[in-house]
Amino acid sequence: MTQDAAAIAAETARLRQTFEGEGAAVVDADILLSADTLLDLYGEDIRARAYLTTDPFGGEMVLRPDFTVPVVEAHMRNHADPARYTYAGKVFRKQEDHPERAHEYAQVGFEVFDGHDPAGADAAVFAAIAKALDGLPVTPVTGDIGILMAAVQGLQTSDTRKAALMRHLWRPRKFRALLDRFGGRTEVPPSRVALLEQADPLAVVDQVVGKRSRDEIAARITALRADAATPPISDDEVALIDAILGLRETAPNVLSALRDIAVDLPAIAGAVQALSARLDALAARGVAVDALAFEGSYGRTSLEYYDGFVFGFAGDAPDIPPVATGGRYDALTARLGDGRAVPAVGGVIRPDLVLALRGDV
Amino acid sequence: MLKLGVPSKGRLMDKTFDWFGARGITLRKSGSDREYAGAVEGVDGIELVLLSAGEVPRELAAGRIHLGVTGSDLVREKLSLWDSQVQEVAPMGFGGADLIIAVPQSWVDVDTLDDLDAAAAAFRAVHGHRLRIATKYHRLVREFLKAQGVADYQLVDSQGATEGTVKNETAEAIADITSTGETLRANGLKILGDGLIHASQATLFRGRRAGWTKEQRATLKALEAMLDV
Repeated sequence: MTQDAAAIAAETARLRQTFEGEGAAVVDADILLSADTLLDLYGEDIRARAYLTTDPFGGEMVLRPDFTVPVVEAHMRNHADPARYTYAGKVFRKQEDHPERAHEYAQVGFEVFDGHDPAGADAAVFAAIAKALDGLPVTPVTGDIGILMAAVQGLQTSDTRKAALMRHLWRPRKFRALLDRFGGRTEVPPSRVALLEQADPLAVVDQVVGKRSRDEIAARITALRADAATPPISDDEVALIDAILGLRETAPNVLSALRDIAVDLPAIAGAVQALSARLDALAARGVAVDALAFEGSYGRTSLEYYDGFVFGFAGDAPDIPPVATGGRYDALTARLGDGRAVPAVGGVIRPDLVLALRGDV
Repeated sequence: MLKLGVPSKGRLMDKTFDWFGARGITLRKSGSDREYAGAVEGVDGIELVLLSAGEVPRELAAGRIHLGVTGSDLVREKLSLWDSQVQEVAPMGFGGADLIIAVPQSWVDVDTLDDLDAAAAAFRAVHGHRLRIATKYHRLVREFLKAQGVADYQLVDSQGATEGTVKNETAEAIADITSTGETLRANGLKILGDGLIHASQATLFRGRRAGWTKEQRATLKALEAMLDV
């Protein structure tokens, strides 16, 4: 073992002990996982970010790109509530656009499954990670995907449009394009206009080729007609979404701004209340909430499908990835648990980057 | 010596030989027709290597050949961050073909990538699996669809007769190379209005791998002067 590897192993052990000290049980996960679950969750994009291979009998397999999925699956088998877990081990990431970045590195994680006190669980995870990084030159950033989701649900528009926006919440460019289209800010494509001008566009089709049936095509045409009759999302509402996405301030200032926005968009009131409760819980754990950064768009492009509190700790050094990241992923547990959701929040620390920041490596 | 990799057979080889010939450089296969060795006349210091067009990108990236002729689609498909590994010296104006996305003509509601994305979401809800797109251009298609915000699709590998996969119900759509679109129409398919992924043509590439000798650089300069690029 090289000096570096020994130092990383020692730091890994230290971090895991820290989380064990928070009452977490140690869990292990296979390195080689079935690819089906990840492909279902992330689609083909996972192929650009994880190493896939094939087993002669088991089909497609993947070298674990993170621990979240196997840990959630393990929890769903045991279903203790509340439960706290910690784990440590390597993850493997393809770096198609950044060949200079690490392809395998250690992660130490802390996950809390607790449906009774979400704000408390959020604060417990954040505080535990902050404590483990104590003394390092790091700056935390936070966000809350739940506020954006509540804002979309609260728009004065059809459920179909809300569903389309929710589906692309984690693809900022596509989300923007949809918002512009639903807001009447982009032209309807000529092909769509021509289609809807016909009384029965399917009349010219003798034979439907392939598995997508005539009924499915007819259903979409019906949906397109309904959408064409739906009034555009108002400029005021689009501006409110923009205001949420553009938030970039200390957490207390963001909270105050969101309370103003909630006057015009009452649907976010619950999510804003949750943020307020979270900040109280963080303050109670000694986190310097007054200086805590909050960004409205934070966490929208990560691998995880976070749907609530999100955070990262950036090292005060240029060009290195965040030393720790985490967030809430309630919806993921519902998808992995066959509809049985367990509110869950967690985060990971990279021991190699801790050492780099400490100047040991 | 500077190694120049050229497709070893067919129209692509003949056209490549013609292209260099028109610029005063004679490329030819040496020995029998079955032998993959070649000769270069008209410029000194270049060795001809005959190989499959599909292997040219990899050989360039590895530095085993210094120059190579292949389709611009193959370079983009086979190399990550392709333009950090190879450089275009000259587009050659033949071997043109478009990599496109095509769907059944009977999908009268689908003409754009936005439509495809919406249809994919509905298809997955009905059938319980992602909408399948048959292709052999996995990287190009994946990167294109990601940039365009298309989700809920699945790539299925198809190394030939890709247009037939929809009729056979092993895929719902395809991403393939077409020059005229005739085979697509014959198989009941149509190209999406904004479904052009890449307009490919035969291209002369230079490998960026370091370690060229002074002589090799001088040879490249002389060659570029003759090719007027």
